[in-house]
Amino acid sequence: MLIIRGKKFDIPKIVCTIVLFFIGFTMLTPLLWMISTSFKTENEVFTFPIQWIPETFVGLANYKEVWGEEYNFGMYYLNSIKITVISTVFQILVSALGAYSFTKIKWKYRDKIFLLYLATMMIPPQVMIVSRFAIMQKTGLYNTHLGIILMTMFSTYGVFLLRQAMMGIPDSLCESAKIDGAGHWTIFTKIILPLVKPSIATLAVLKFVWTWNDYQTPLIFLSKRTLFTIQLGMKMFASESGNIYSLMMAAAVSATVPLILVFLLGQRYIIDGMTAGAVKG
Amino acid sequence: MTDSAVEIGDVQKEIQRQKKRVARKENLAGILFLLPGLLGFIVFILIPVVMSLGISFTEWNFLKGWEAIQFNGLENYKQLLHDDWFIASLKNNLLFTLVTIPVLLVLGLVMAELINRYCYKKNLVRVMIFIPYIASVVAVCTVWQVMLQPSYGPVNQMLQSIGIDNPPRWLVDEKWALWAIMAIYIWTQLGYYVAVFMAGLKNVPDDLYEAAQIDGATGFKQFLYITVPMVRPTTFFLAIMGIIASFKVFDYISVLTQGGPGNSTSVMAYYIYKTAFENFKMGYACTLAWALFVIIFIVTLIQWKYQKNFANE
Repeated sequence: MLIIRGKKFDIPKIVCTIVLFFIGFTMLTPLLWMISTSFKTENEVFTFPIQWIPETFVGLANYKEVWGEEYNFGMYYLNSIKITVISTVFQILVSALGAYSFTKIKWKYRDKIFLLYLATMMIPPQVMIVSRFAIMQKTGLYNTHLGIILMTMFSTYGVFLLRQAMMGIPDSLCESAKIDGAGHWTIFTKIILPLVKPSIATLAVLKFVWTWNDYQTPLIFLSKRTLFTIQLGMKMFASESGNIYSLMMAAAVSATVPLILVFLLGQRYIIDGMTAGAVKG
Repeated sequence: MTDSAVEIGDVQKEIQRQKKRVARKENLAGILFLLPGLLGFIVFILIPVVMSLGISFTEWNFLKGWEAIQFNGLENYKQLLHDDWFIASLKNNLLFTLVTIPVLLVLGLVMAELINRYCYKKNLVRVMIFIPYIASVVAVCTVWQVMLQPSYGPVNQMLQSIGIDNPPRWLVDEKWALWAIMAIYIWTQLGYYVAVFMAGLKNVPDDLYEAAQIDGATGFKQFLYITVPMVRPTTFFLAIMGIIASFKVFDYISVLTQGGPGNSTSVMAYYIYKTAFENFKMGYACTLAWALFVIIFIVTLIQWKYQKNFANE
């Protein structure tokens, strides 16, 4: 037992902490390598032993090239931000309304419709890609951002998450508001929404991460380059730029940084949100 | 007498009417609140699912337009058994699941226990391990593709420098490609498993460990006889969700190998995509997707059957 400034430290525990930090750090090496390589000149990419600090530091040159007119990452960024933000906002809106209807209003077919929602949850998205593609083609939504937004904003997950949260609010709260003459809209906006704010924050962060990272949906439903999201742009860039690895890494860093920032800012929301459903079982 | 009886009848009728009016109002409100979501659900989920079942009994090259749809009965389903790519994809997928899920469960639980009980700055370690999970799959896979580059990639240079003269060619090597992808998958997912296990461990009361310590049980024994049994519901949940997720793996394959070399890394979700959008066999792609559904459905049934046992514990 080690005592530093009145705090007790366990020596085996210190050793274990060091080992775990080492493991954590090792897990981050590919990402550190990515960052380091993005600042290198192309012919230094594969020098061995690995130079973590680039010998010829090129500054932001690789980034300027990736973001420049030829490769257009700026445009992909804007597309991703647009789709992600709109889809997230509408998902929250639609899910909150739906969850309210499923928990605080008693109506005829409510439970049957909810069962239907539940049933579709175990259907893998692969089942729907062909028919969605056909629908998009037919309605002219193929190759539009609107199509992508519509397809991602109606996932049933949001309804489940908010329904779970609203079920925790006692009905007596709504009853007493009703006696005071409040209608459903007032109860929804003035009582329920403020109470489920934490769950809405969780849903917002999760939905942001998922939509930002979504690769399959844009891959199937977008073919026009000017509409590409960052993930799709990144993939196309990697397969077309041949083997300009330093640029590829600058592109990869650009695609990852917003996520890591969002994660570091809201890590509690993210980790707790992603693990919450798991533990309640 | 009769007057008051009439009155009571009237009052009752009035109450009935009131109740009906309230019920009608509630029905209307319920539907109105659900409507935006329900419309989206019908158009983008329910109709596609039903359509997909129909399309799975047809032959359809969408490049030839809607008129080219031809009903061909159970042909597609019969074809499944003779389709080498399907069988290969299914085998690869099973191998993928059987390797990655147990490894993730064991590593995840051991690390969660170590972090939870024998570590200072728990949260910082958890965040470090979680970062690969949050990073975008496309970016992460691109990084690994460069790191695993067969001749000059840092991984193989490292292997050569410690005396392995002919290191595997990883992603372009038929024997190694799937294993490399599994390793990358484990690397990205581990943080999630650790975080979920850590959340599960919060529900294990401390006094169990204290009692065991007094009885002289070693840390390893405590892990084996307290932690492992106590987090069984979490383990079960992760196993089920992990199996289902492993059958939907797509991004990794699409970015890293496109199913190759040959069909050595093709998995179900990737083969469905390839069938639909590279081979343009829309009907058969739906059939494949329903085969995938059957697998996932069986896993879900197992979950339902055993989840009740865990709920009672």
